Amino acid sequence: MTDSTRTVNNRGQEREQGKEAVRSPWKMAGRRLRRHNLAMAAMVVLIVLHVFAIFADFWVPYGETETDRRRSYHPPTRVQFFDDGSLTRPYVYGYDMVDPGRRQYEIDEDAKYEIQFFAQQGQTYELFGIIESNRRLFSVESPGKIYLVGADQYGRDIFSRLAFGARRSLFIGLIGIAISTTIGMIYGGVSGFFGGWVDNLMMRISEVIISIPAFYLLLALSAVLPANIPSDIRFMMIIGILSFIGWAGMARVIRGMVLSIRQQEFVHGAEAIGCSQPRIILRHILPNTLSYVIVNATLAVPGFILSESGLSLIGVGIQHPQASWGNMLSEALNLSSLSRFPWLLIPGFMIFITVLSYSFFGDGVRDAFDPRASR
Amino acid sequence: MYQYIIRRFLYMIPMLIGITSLSFFIMQLAPGDFLTAMQMSPDFPPEMLAQMRAQYGLDQPVYVQYFQWIFRVFQGDLGYSFMWHAPVTWVLHQRIWNTLLLAVAAMVVAWLVAIPIGIHSATHQYSWSDKLLTFFAFIGISIPNWFFGLLMLYFVVSRGWNLPIGGMMSTDFQDLSLIGKAYDLGRHMLIPVLVLSTGIMAGLMRYMRSNLLDVLKQDYVTTARSKGLRARVVINKHAVRNAINPLITLFGFQLGTVFSGAALTEIVLNWPGIGSLMLTAVQGLDYYLVMGNLIVGGVMLILGNLMADLLLAWSDPRIRFD
Repeated sequence: MTDSTRTVNNRGQEREQGKEAVRSPWKMAGRRLRRHNLAMAAMVVLIVLHVFAIFADFWVPYGETETDRRRSYHPPTRVQFFDDGSLTRPYVYGYDMVDPGRRQYEIDEDAKYEIQFFAQQGQTYELFGIIESNRRLFSVESPGKIYLVGADQYGRDIFSRLAFGARRSLFIGLIGIAISTTIGMIYGGVSGFFGGWVDNLMMRISEVIISIPAFYLLLALSAVLPANIPSDIRFMMIIGILSFIGWAGMARVIRGMVLSIRQQEFVHGAEAIGCSQPRIILRHILPNTLSYVIVNATLAVPGFILSESGLSLIGVGIQHPQASWGNMLSEALNLSSLSRFPWLLIPGFMIFITVLSYSFFGDGVRDAFDPRASR
Repeated sequence: MYQYIIRRFLYMIPMLIGITSLSFFIMQLAPGDFLTAMQMSPDFPPEMLAQMRAQYGLDQPVYVQYFQWIFRVFQGDLGYSFMWHAPVTWVLHQRIWNTLLLAVAAMVVAWLVAIPIGIHSATHQYSWSDKLLTFFAFIGISIPNWFFGLLMLYFVVSRGWNLPIGGMMSTDFQDLSLIGKAYDLGRHMLIPVLVLSTGIMAGLMRYMRSNLLDVLKQDYVTTARSKGLRARVVINKHAVRNAINPLITLFGFQLGTVFSGAALTEIVLNWPGIGSLMLTAVQGLDYYLVMGNLIVGGVMLILGNLMADLLLAWSDPRIRFD
């Protein structure tokens, strides 16, 4: 907010609320958001998901690429709490593969493995590349195995991979939105500020990008990606592609807002005291579009997540053995495995929950920033 | 009005140039040229490749290639698809109608269901049925189409329902009678149409609901009520007609977006449309086909927007054309 608008707003509030302390529009929006129960619930879900993703190595019993070919399509392990009718420490039974061809398992009630909490088990991992540890929230004594929601074709634990997949699927959305929002703001700001032929040309370019169906453009761009690049670079490039497609819509709206903000007195004032043009755009004009940008960015995150998972699903996004919710689902495209191992669908439910939470949260944020709101 | 339509059509030309240029330059980023993938195929003798290279001007500098290519595009020649051994236009022609059929069917179903539901929701605001429908609408918006498709496939297979699981026709389609063909096609369309239409339905229903709620607050509705018209007449003859009006433009936009948005659903459900064609083209590095697909998708979106504008102009007398 610039100084001129802030005084106007503050005066308005003081009149309304008597001698109550001055509240900025941001604080008021925050207050409204906190009263929005559904949005807050959605926010809690999102925070849980992101924490799950960030500390993935600690929460889950197995590593991302840890395979066990003898446990291909292992069914979800049932956790037992009772032993001979009395409550005991949770444990799991062993599972024996009885039909390797059809991947059928039978519970072996003689083999009991206790679940250990905070034990040092399995491969060591490096959290954030610095903290080296092999302590895990839960694991079972070897040779027992625990598959909370089942295993995939290569005997990888789907629950563990959900956490690692969340890292890519969730953060592609966040990084992507950050990049495309920045591009969109600057592009729209420049276009609206200079007007004339610059504006005309810049808007025509953004229209071209909008007018090609996003998914086709994504596919075409991913065709251009070289096949043998390291997975990290591929991840970055996919974010780049998604951002390349996402910025244009935002830029157009920002440009419209800048056109009207540009006519306001504080901009003329800034020009009169000799601010440079980049400074006027960045420090005076663009901050006034922030509330729109925040609302729009929240509502646009699901689009990024869906695009990434769609691309990975059909095999042109994140590649195996790296996990993403999309490429985990690609095993479910095989109908005969899908019908026998329905737990392959679980990553899809994670995507669904994430998208739903972002829509609820985004709705709440939009209502909170709505100047017509009463509270 | 005619001037406006002509102007709208003229406006499409720079857009088309933009779209074709962008697709050309994206393909320039790709390693190799359009014939690289063909070199590996035994079907194409080197003499033929050399001939094609000359024909498509691939031995020329990039900007010459670009102008030659764009010149051919505007003549209707999109190049040659080596995967299909056929001109790209022919391949696209085979697939476009399948996608269009799917998109239009999904749109019709979505509108037929969503509008009455939206009206019900608005006239029974905050009732339990409204809340339930709103809840389903949120789920419908948030569930990705392709995931819903997978779920449907899972149910069909695990319940043993006698429904085709993918594809568009049975193998004996050619031998069926006309009615048999229609029945067969309908059975294959059931799941894809259901999946696609739920996605559109959810948003449309919410939109209809809020529009009608706005209209119901207007003075002329109060007037109609107070002069003693029956509630049904007030809603159907006065309110709904005005609430639907802004939705008409949506129809055009949707047709464009559904056409391209169906791609993933087509791929998951094995529907032989241009979405699944695009994927095979991308995987097979069939560049001319990829570019052709991009152009067709862009043209469909532009045509959809054009239709939206024209429908708005036709339906709303307040629109001026200057």
